[in-house]
Amino acid sequence: MNSTNTFENLAESEYKWGFITDIESETAPKGLNEEIIRFISAKKKEPEWLLEFRLKAYRHWLTMVEPHWQNVHYPPIDYQDIIYYSAPKQKKINSLDEVDPELLRTYEKLGIPLEEQKQFAGVAVDAVFDSVSVATTFKDKLNDLGIIFGSFSDAVKEHPELVKKYLGSVVPANDNYYAALNSAVFTDGSFCYIPKGVRCPMELSTYFRINAAQTGQFERTLIVADENSYVSYLEGCTAPMRDENQLHAAVVELYAHDNSQIKYSTVQNWYPGDKDGKGGIYNFVTKRGKCAGINSKISWTQVETGSSITWKYPSCILQGDNSVGEFYSVAVTTNYQQADTGTKMIHIGKNTKSTIVSKGISGKFGQNSYRGQVLVQKGATNARNFSQCDSLLLGDKCGAHTFPYIEVKNRSSKVEHEASTSKIGEDQIFYCKQRGLSTEDAVNLIVNGFCKEVFRELPMEFAVEAQKLLGISLEGSVG
Amino acid sequence: MPQASDPIANYLEHFSKFEKEISGESEIRKFRQDAVEEFKSFGFPTNKNEEWRFTNPSQISKIHFNHQLQKQISGEVKKQIDELAIKKFAQNRLVFVNGIFSNESSNTQFSPAIKISPVSETLHQSPESVIEIVKRPMIEGRNFFTSLNTAFMRNGAFISIPDNTTITDPIYLIFIASDDTTPFVMHPRNIISLGRNSEASIVEHYIGVSKNVYFTNVVSNIILNQGAKLEHTKIQTESVNAIHIGSTYFHQFESSKLHQNTIMIGGAIGRNNLISTLNSKNIECTFNGLSLSEGEQLLDNHTTIDHVMPNCESHELYKAILNGKSRGVFNGKIFVRKDAQKTDAKQTNRTLLLSDEATMDTKPQLEIFADDVKCTHGATIGYLDADAIFYLRSRGISENAARDMLTHAFANDIIGRISAEPVREYLNKIVHDKLNQRR
Repeated sequence: MNSTNTFENLAESEYKWGFITDIESETAPKGLNEEIIRFISAKKKEPEWLLEFRLKAYRHWLTMVEPHWQNVHYPPIDYQDIIYYSAPKQKKINSLDEVDPELLRTYEKLGIPLEEQKQFAGVAVDAVFDSVSVATTFKDKLNDLGIIFGSFSDAVKEHPELVKKYLGSVVPANDNYYAALNSAVFTDGSFCYIPKGVRCPMELSTYFRINAAQTGQFERTLIVADENSYVSYLEGCTAPMRDENQLHAAVVELYAHDNSQIKYSTVQNWYPGDKDGKGGIYNFVTKRGKCAGINSKISWTQVETGSSITWKYPSCILQGDNSVGEFYSVAVTTNYQQADTGTKMIHIGKNTKSTIVSKGISGKFGQNSYRGQVLVQKGATNARNFSQCDSLLLGDKCGAHTFPYIEVKNRSSKVEHEASTSKIGEDQIFYCKQRGLSTEDAVNLIVNGFCKEVFRELPMEFAVEAQKLLGISLEGSVG
Repeated sequence: MPQASDPIANYLEHFSKFEKEISGESEIRKFRQDAVEEFKSFGFPTNKNEEWRFTNPSQISKIHFNHQLQKQISGEVKKQIDELAIKKFAQNRLVFVNGIFSNESSNTQFSPAIKISPVSETLHQSPESVIEIVKRPMIEGRNFFTSLNTAFMRNGAFISIPDNTTITDPIYLIFIASDDTTPFVMHPRNIISLGRNSEASIVEHYIGVSKNVYFTNVVSNIILNQGAKLEHTKIQTESVNAIHIGSTYFHQFESSKLHQNTIMIGGAIGRNNLISTLNSKNIECTFNGLSLSEGEQLLDNHTTIDHVMPNCESHELYKAILNGKSRGVFNGKIFVRKDAQKTDAKQTNRTLLLSDEATMDTKPQLEIFADDVKCTHGATIGYLDADAIFYLRSRGISENAARDMLTHAFANDIIGRISAEPVREYLNKIVHDKLNQRR
């Protein structure tokens, strides 16, 4: 096929976010032990209960065995060879002007000029650099509405009662190996609380970046939507290019009360490794939302183009009656990337509904797995689930795999699952070329069409970014 | 029930006794010993093993099964066979009672070119023909119970159909369990080979009349050579306390066509593994399955279709009807290896939950390493369509009758795909009786 050869010859897509920022940072020595945890906790001037939480998680983690059931492969991780704390050396920040200009330039390169966004975009950004939250825009405006949005460390200081109440309520510290590790050593992250009856007027956003070498990023996000509230939350990630693999083990907890709604969107573009599979981020994240209240709704949308290994299952516990869980995902694996991602929908309450739409795209040597579970408990009368997972294969050396688990314990429920795997047809390419599109544009068009169901769930600015990202990730991978 | 402290040690003890009995078979001895090493290395599976996640076999490990099989057949058993088996196939059948071949109840009227004999005989006369087939490498589906069977295999049917031979009448294999003295285990092994361009239909029927716990651990190896066509039907109607674990391995070669039907109705635990390896081009493989469960039954279907070479087609439709507190499991694997371009694979799994206490676990699994393929799978779990019931009721049909009609129709979708009419008749009657007996 001629057209595909031209693809292979096309310029290899380069990771455009791979710069390293030269900032003096304060780091802990390598390794993990109770001393390090005490060090982190002391550095952050944490209350006693939080240190206890960490130590308990750490002690439990020691008893746990690293899981190996997943369909991704990587050399063993030496947990003693990781730096668990790295913070840009900074004085106390009172306003954005005081932030290190070097750091601000980094964010400009990333395309999220905080200044600009503050004025025009209307997006409140909490930027997490390595492990520590750097600056939060729009804090005052949100404060007026009673919305708490800021770094996790600030929340611990300013609203300890809220943090204490909800921390670990959705993802317990002993939930799994990486959640336990995160609970022990998490350094920062975002905290968000939407009070009763408030509809958050703007998209809240966090930007994560791993900068320092040999560090792991263990951030923690906790979002609580109180009764009758609404929030849409965006998360984006990048990391510099490095030869060694870096571990990213975050925990995200969402808690939705009666009639509230949380929309959580992720565009994940961690460094995926080079074209020979060297380097890249291990993205082992635990994300879970709990629809605790009646009529609550949690919606996950993710576009996963980065990381050498993506391994996560944003899930919903549908506990409240009539609650709704949604999962929309696009996962792209090219070069030697691997992804094992999907969701869990746990139906507990009556009339609960869930929708799963997963699109996997594999090119080059990429391996893409969808793994998901739909569990309908005995009491979940009239539960309803629809799942669809489609895979698109762009080469003959890549793979697509699906492992859906469906477990139903209630007869009034209705569960449907469908999946398909296909490639871009030569006739489709031919049709587009006939109408004057280049082969590359044709592929972009078809892939974007394939992902449309997911992209339309993203907030507008993100949808545009996601489309561009997809195009760049797939450059040269058809063949 | 006698408790066994270590199930493996138990089987090893039985094996050393068994080895003394079969002192004549020198060629196959090594083969059995290898199998022993294999099941020792597997260890008794637990539900920590992904393959046994939903069906916990450790309860089987706790039972001490007698390996000494009952030889005499009473007149009572003969009556039961006549009563419970498919009568129209009486002319061409091999009967195994409590795992042992019963010459007097068996009957074959095929030409001598077609070899049909109990495996025990073949092992004696030409062990190499058994070893040749059993030895075929398995990429998928190796398991503890198959190795266990290989170590102890002695009974079962050996069928070899020469090239270019068409058999119109189905070959009927009956395995009946009637021993009520102690819990016992049997390891039937069926070895079947179809020559080039030959055509046949084979029905394996497992019948249970004993009220006691017993364990059928059956393995079948079936080869379809180039251009061969086979309809293979497995009917499992073991008795209520039985444990049935069966693995059927198909090896298909160029342009062969397999039509497999699995009907699972009996047993406290019924586990059926079905593995077909599509070794060559232009192969068709069809798997149809129906399970009907009630009470506290657990019926588990694990299927694997392994597309190794290009231009092959596979179709799979599995249905389950669950009642009472029963549990159902379906795991359908489809592998498309990197050379298997132009594969067309379709898998569908539908489940009807008739009671609030029934549970279904479904896990379709597609693993695809080739790009030019068409693969789809779908799964649904639900209750009877309220609109359909309403439609029937509005035409004067009682609610119960409407439900029965719809349930029967759901099952008939599978039964109707079986080409042998006597099998269809037999199954329709069973479904009908099951539905009636519910109230």
